[in-house]
Amino acid sequence: MDLADLTAHELLDLISKKEVSPQDIVKSCIERIERYEPIIKAYLTVRDPEDVINSVRDNEPYSAIPIAIKDNILVKGLPNTCASKILSNFIAPYNATVIERLNKKAFNIIGKTNLDEFAMGSSTENSAFGPTRNPWDIERVPGGSSGGSAASVAIGSAIWALGSDTGGSIRQPASFCGVVGLKPTYGTVSRYGLVAFASSLDQIGPITKDVTDCALLYSFINGYDPNDSTSLDIEPYRYSPLKGDVKGLRIGLIKELLAEGVDPFVNKCIEDAVRTFEDLGAIVEEVSLPHISYSVPTYYILAPAEASSNLARFDGVRYGFRASGKTAEEMMSNTRGDGFGPEVKRRIMLGTYVLSAGYYEAFYLKALKFRNLIAGDFKRAFERFDVLISPTSPILPFKLGEKVENPLEMYLADICTIPINLAGLPAISIPCGFVNDLPVGLQIIGPVFSESKLFEVAYGFEQATPFHKRRPQLGGKPYGL
Amino acid sequence: MLSVEEVIHIERLARLRLTDKEREMYRRQLNDVLNYAARLDEIDTSNVLPMYHVLPVTNVLREDVPRENFSQEEALSNAPLKESGFFVIPPILGGEE
Repeated sequence: MDLADLTAHELLDLISKKEVSPQDIVKSCIERIERYEPIIKAYLTVRDPEDVINSVRDNEPYSAIPIAIKDNILVKGLPNTCASKILSNFIAPYNATVIERLNKKAFNIIGKTNLDEFAMGSSTENSAFGPTRNPWDIERVPGGSSGGSAASVAIGSAIWALGSDTGGSIRQPASFCGVVGLKPTYGTVSRYGLVAFASSLDQIGPITKDVTDCALLYSFINGYDPNDSTSLDIEPYRYSPLKGDVKGLRIGLIKELLAEGVDPFVNKCIEDAVRTFEDLGAIVEEVSLPHISYSVPTYYILAPAEASSNLARFDGVRYGFRASGKTAEEMMSNTRGDGFGPEVKRRIMLGTYVLSAGYYEAFYLKALKFRNLIAGDFKRAFERFDVLISPTSPILPFKLGEKVENPLEMYLADICTIPINLAGLPAISIPCGFVNDLPVGLQIIGPVFSESKLFEVAYGFEQATPFHKRRPQLGGKPYGL
Repeated sequence: MLSVEEVIHIERLARLRLTDKEREMYRRQLNDVLNYAARLDEIDTSNVLPMYHVLPVTNVLREDVPRENFSQEEALSNAPLKESGFFVIPPILGGEE
């Protein structure tokens, strides 16, 4: 194992004991980038290695732990493309609030990671700059949309990363890449400086190698921000060492998310996870959330509707790519037609349609009602259970190109993660098994503001299982060289 | 079933120029998704309230006091075309039809 294979808390421990040179940690990640980036392609921008090494400062331990940032979170002075041609030349003029918070701890940003264009997708194949590959099997996708962030952590080209999650975009790639990902409670992490996709659903969150790192990183980014009008002015989460006691914990296994369409191998891993929790003294029972199966149609009306409105700002006037046109309107239409990729156009079309006169009530308003029904299902379930569990993804990481021709099929695979965003809840994905060396993720869902409980439950499971210790092996040598 | 005319109508509302090929593809794919979304008709929701937002917050305002913001130069730093401190765009009127 190299330093790049360790977790942030292990490295911080070594730094405090002076058993490792901080520069060597950074160099270890840079070496991973040089070795694997040509094939994994997790990054859209990598900072100059010299600058990254020179950013290490004495008495600032976090400056020695490289972090990767999804390329839809603004870092002042660095490109922010959202993996779109329309922002291919955009340089961020300010920092997102999460970046300001990390800067206070002297965090060392190693690069900006690949994503599905504007975070729309579940495979990172919708990037205008080419797909990222899964470090566990380079013929397969890393999941998405935060596929670059998840892959960078899995391969060790960053120790930890930030992603964003609108319908599963942190948890599903974490699951596909065998790492930990948290989608926080809506309103706990500022969205200021996150390029908006669907504002009522988007949240920034950590992607890490284990639960302790996840809790640590979350403690730095959460908290009230007056620059985000949907940020909640509540007591923020503060990190304290996890214990992982789940004795007597009431866990609800969501029946509908283990039904048709779930890969039998994934099902088997979830059954094993249930047994692990029972062995640890938790009480696991099935629970039915009757409206949860309506989540996919609800989401694919609401999210595109919000996106079609949010993406109206990309018109070639103030920033980004501009196509030619005889009039302003023609220029705008051409800019958007040439600048956006197929999935983004599909969602803008869908969103514009469901918001247009005559269809608003039949689609958009109806979906808002289902959102209420789905949130109500969770509320009732949490009267009986402390946390709920399900697979993070019903399927294993799939092959590149396998689903690009059928958008609806790709949308249906988001069934386990989407309902959590609709209800505004926190959920964490942790590794819970492997099928032919492909990772499987377990999703643990809690009531609003239950992050500290989620960390305890996830930590209890993690400490009883070996999965978080595995690292992908790319044959021991640089692929294709 | 969405017609080509409807697709062209949405395209205009969205200020999104599509090719004929894209038009046909989106017509087909949007139909797939909308047909699937018709599942939401399975349940009577006439007595259910719409949930516009998960947070119980409304009308979040800030004090109306000036604060530091972008300089004109910073605000224009990413502009595709600028002149004398302004964004430059093609004429709004004329040219077509």
